[in-house]
Amino acid sequence: MAELNIRERQAGDVTILDLEGKITIGEGSVSLRSAIRRLIEEGKKKILLNLAGVGYVDSSGIGELVSSYTTIQREGGQLKLLKLTQKIKDLLTITKLLTVFDVYDDEAEALNSFK
Amino acid sequence: MTEETVELKLPSRVESIAEAAEAATDAARRLGFAEDALFGVEMAVREAVTNAVLHGNRRDESKPVEVGLSGTQAQLVVTVRDRGAGFDPAGLADPTAEENILKSSGRGIFFMRTFMDEVAWERPPGGGTLVRMTKKK
Repeated sequence: MAELNIRERQAGDVTILDLEGKITIGEGSVSLRSAIRRLIEEGKKKILLNLAGVGYVDSSGIGELVSSYTTIQREGGQLKLLKLTQKIKDLLTITKLLTVFDVYDDEAEALNSFK
Repeated sequence: MTEETVELKLPSRVESIAEAAEAATDAARRLGFAEDALFGVEMAVREAVTNAVLHGNRRDESKPVEVGLSGTQAQLVVTVRDRGAGFDPAGLADPTAEENILKSSGRGIFFMRTFMDEVAWERPPGGGTLVRMTKKK
């Protein structure tokens, strides 16, 4: 089984990526980077990352979330986070990134925020 | 289990990171550490071995990463040694400083220091860098 499984859904003009597994150095980080690059190439620049199924993130994974965020911003798009586990929320808090990302617990609310 | 000693000699590749982290969390679990502590140990060991593989040994598989686990009922000490040129931990930028928050790297040692009680670097005889991390119960 892959370290990180990514399932893509579309809700209007927002692309939701349901992530399941680990975002860690190597395969997990690379999979996320490739998925974000592909979406940008397809012109999909409103992206919601659903992290409900992500049990583990290391510093490389945090770095990948940051670079996904800054890449999308540079392209004039938006990247938001949905359903963080407590551990990931803690990591984003201690790295002071929780205030940088737009974070939601409810999918409908997250989708509305893109309008 | 009351005491625990494990020594691993791993090749300098990304797969070694998970192997070392699993060995460390298994040892901590056997010693009776709480779940939160296990998460911290896994995170710190992942970051230390990542640094050894990528920055210390620069993925040169002829250079090993040596991981030592030494545990008692009171604490777990993890050592990670690479064969690299070494670095100055005092020269590292603070990843939580405003100008660094949106950088995509530079958080590994910050996590090691956050999740372990003590983190110290040594230059052992024979070369390389050894980081010694202690997690207390």
